Amino acid sequence: MDTIVSVKPLLAILTALAGSILVMMSGRKPNIREAWSFIAAVTMFGIIISMVTTVAPAPLGEGKTIVYRLFSLLPGVSVTLRVDAFSMIFAVAASFLWILAVFYSAGYMRGLHEHAQTRFNACFALSLFGAMGVAFSDNLFTLYLFYEIVSICTYPLVAHHQDEEGYQGAKKYIVYLTTTAKGMVLPAMILIYVLTGSLDFAHNIRTGIFSSGTVDAHGALVTMLYVFCLLGFAKNGLMPFHNWLPGAMVAPTPVSALLHAVAVVKVGVFCTTRVMLYVFGTDLMHGLNLGIPTAYFVSFTILVASIIALSKDNLKARLAYSTVSQLSYIILGVALLTPSGIQGGLIHIVNHAFSKITLFFCAGAIYVATHKKNISEMSGLGRSMPFTFAAFGIASLSMIGAPPVAGFVTKWKLLVGTMQLQSHYIGILLVLLASTLLNVAYFAPVTYRAFFGKRPEGEAYAGIKEAPLAMVVPLMIAAIISVVIGIYPDFMMNFVKAVTG
Amino acid sequence: MDFLIMNHMGFPILSALIFLPLVGALILLCIPGETAAKNWTMLVTVVTALVSLPLYWNFDATTAKYQFGEHASWISALHINYTLGIDGISLLLVLLTTLIMPLCVLGSWRYIDKRVKEFMICLLLMETSMLGVFMALDFILFYLLWEAMLIPMYLLIAVWGGPRKVYASTKFFLYTLAGSVLLLVAIIALYLDQGTFSIPTLMGQDYSTNFQILIFLAFFLAFAIKVPMFPFHTWLPAAHVEAPTAGSVILASILLKMGTYGFLRFCLPITPEATMIFVPYILWLSVAGILYGGFTALAQQDMKKLIAYSSVGHMGFVTLGIFVLNQQGIEGALLQMINHGITTGALFFCVGMIYERTHSRELDAAAGLGKYMPVYVSFLAFFSLSSLAFPGTNSFVGEFLILVGGFANNKIVTAFAIPGAVLAAAYMFRMLQRVVWGRPVNPDHSGILDLNVREMVTLAPLLFFVFWIGLAPAPFLKVMHVSVTHLIEQVGVASGGTVSVAKLMIP
Repeated sequence: MDTIVSVKPLLAILTALAGSILVMMSGRKPNIREAWSFIAAVTMFGIIISMVTTVAPAPLGEGKTIVYRLFSLLPGVSVTLRVDAFSMIFAVAASFLWILAVFYSAGYMRGLHEHAQTRFNACFALSLFGAMGVAFSDNLFTLYLFYEIVSICTYPLVAHHQDEEGYQGAKKYIVYLTTTAKGMVLPAMILIYVLTGSLDFAHNIRTGIFSSGTVDAHGALVTMLYVFCLLGFAKNGLMPFHNWLPGAMVAPTPVSALLHAVAVVKVGVFCTTRVMLYVFGTDLMHGLNLGIPTAYFVSFTILVASIIALSKDNLKARLAYSTVSQLSYIILGVALLTPSGIQGGLIHIVNHAFSKITLFFCAGAIYVATHKKNISEMSGLGRSMPFTFAAFGIASLSMIGAPPVAGFVTKWKLLVGTMQLQSHYIGILLVLLASTLLNVAYFAPVTYRAFFGKRPEGEAYAGIKEAPLAMVVPLMIAAIISVVIGIYPDFMMNFVKAVTG
Repeated sequence: MDFLIMNHMGFPILSALIFLPLVGALILLCIPGETAAKNWTMLVTVVTALVSLPLYWNFDATTAKYQFGEHASWISALHINYTLGIDGISLLLVLLTTLIMPLCVLGSWRYIDKRVKEFMICLLLMETSMLGVFMALDFILFYLLWEAMLIPMYLLIAVWGGPRKVYASTKFFLYTLAGSVLLLVAIIALYLDQGTFSIPTLMGQDYSTNFQILIFLAFFLAFAIKVPMFPFHTWLPAAHVEAPTAGSVILASILLKMGTYGFLRFCLPITPEATMIFVPYILWLSVAGILYGGFTALAQQDMKKLIAYSSVGHMGFVTLGIFVLNQQGIEGALLQMINHGITTGALFFCVGMIYERTHSRELDAAAGLGKYMPVYVSFLAFFSLSSLAFPGTNSFVGEFLILVGGFANNKIVTAFAIPGAVLAAAYMFRMLQRVVWGRPVNPDHSGILDLNVREMVTLAPLLFFVFWIGLAPAPFLKVMHVSVTHLIEQVGVASGGTVSVAKLMIP
């Protein structure tokens, strides 16, 4: 594996940190403050894009891995950054969406005259600092470090309203995330260190870091470590540790949008899949027969979360459970251990990010324009807010997996990956089909009602119009990109294919 | 004397460190005025700290022998000598002591408003005896200084303490004294057996197993009370709560370390066989302490009590690390001793700073301070994160090493310690949440000022070490490495190689 040393990943994450500090320092002047956020977001995206030519595989770039070591703690334990194709999948999507989110949250927060906007923006940037750190981790320790930073820095965002409900949600959030991280990931990490003497990720998805002798001698222990890693990164929303996610929906909508559709939950699945592929590796997962049980295990989450979503009338709650369900697609894909399955899972990190952020942006725009939270109250609203609901419709299609929107690529790859299985493909196929139907069932009515439903009696709709442009434009862009990456998935697929080799 | 490398610094550096504060205290007797007393103590402690720094630079990390040695006959009829020396186990503790004392003076600047001179004298006497304990290589000298520590500490709590100071100080005194008496018995028994008080000479001798067990139990009780290990911990919360800030800091940062230092210096090398016999019990006691400290801390309303119980938990990790008897475990334990000194000391300073402003240590009374004291809560946040072993801070490295050693030695026991790590996060976040955010409606804190420069100067060096040890612990680990290896050999040789099996489990 070709590696080169470059300071760029460090610069990328420091941009977010510096942005956060500058935001804190310019709290008195909102325009300058938002400008700093914007500059930081654009700079970070620029730095990440500038690494594409180095990291992307052959036709697009050189296919190298960038490594930068910061601190060396113990033998085999260090703070080291790495940019490879796998990190780029997450980094490109998240950093681009940060730019959109900066505009959107400025519009949202000002539109609602929210308090403590400086703290909000500073923590927002800090969370991106953590998320990018996760994306660029070269070993389990660095991953864990940034994972915890994300947990801490998002607490103020979840508790933003500082009322009873906000504190309760935030408490649940931090309790779930730190308990699972310290109770499962930490011991798993230490035991991996005891068994292998190193925490560095492998450089391909097959070998993992366990020697075959260790696996033979400690098979049960390694299986246990795998389970701990799967459940311990609770940001991945896997049941039974998913409950923090709906609880965290008390946060302002931009937080839900960026963090609970992109940064936080994607940090969770990114960590899970990174560990599955680069610590345990597909060979070991085949050897210990971990793939199919994992697939069935996450299938439970996929189906149950969808059923719960059906029952939710609050739009954000429905989106939250949809997120729980969709995140497990990613883990499901990887757990299939077939090339197409892994590709389908990983590309969903991007596809889900763009589509789900559109949906949350829409929910926020509806709230700012009408102060409505429940789907039942939104009948006929599409005629007053056509752009918002059109975007919502497009993104819903993506979640369902209908062509030509992004989600279709995922579904296609997942189905192909399932067919490549030697056994059990019927079971997984049924799960995929059932969940698609459920997706239709809970998403389609929202758009349908908005355009064709009857407006509630006695309500004046004269005053309602689209949300401010700062909100509508980002959500339209996100929706359009959802379509574009559905039709031309090649750019991101390059990285995904480089991962599977 | 082959265990000792004589001092070659040109002046007796260890004696200088011991006697500087003592002489400073004597001179302080003649200095009139409170401000002058503070300034003088500050000067003495800073000079002591500066004098101690060359110890690190001139320390030879390639040998397990005691360095900077000094030897003089003292009472030759009883073979009592004045022998000083430090190795990789004591070096960092000596440096921790000298570096934390100036901060204690700084942290007491406004807190102490009566009998300032006497307070400062007590601090200086404490420093002399604490440094002496870590340097002494003669049992009588050690015991003398060990006991000498009790009196100024008693006074610190009993004179400058809170409302229940008499109860707390008496309890502290009785507990510690009870342990000390047994220590003396053990020392004399060893002398009668071997005819020497020289600590290094007493190590690795061929004692009978029964004799070892008795000696070990006497040592163990003395040191377990000092640590304090569960169930000998009840004096600690009382003493911490009533002591003035500087007293709490000294107690947490340095005094508690003497217990674990005693385990490493005496129990392991002098009575290795007995150690091996008692290891399982001590490991479970450590785990009990970790869990008990964690749960109890979670229930506290008083911030000082919360941190005191967290100390019980943290010291449980230290004893766990010591008695897994492998390289990682003991190095982690030693590092964690330093970390606990830094972090818990800083947290006690933080609580003291709130107390100076609101005259309360109650969590509810401090709720929502974050809005008015952003600088303060930033410091508090970093120290709390360090206390719960957040990755990238000092405690993480220590805890990581301890757990690595633990898992290599005994997976079951160590697995039971993991909930302790979760609890640490729970009680620290709970405290942090209250102080920074509070509830929807908080007590009125308007008019409360943020930290001044003096207070920031008190906390900043500790924060610096939090991140230094957290991100680049190599300079700290390398000085202890050879000494710890030697220590494990001392235990392993006598126990027929049980430890070397444990060592093999780590690649």
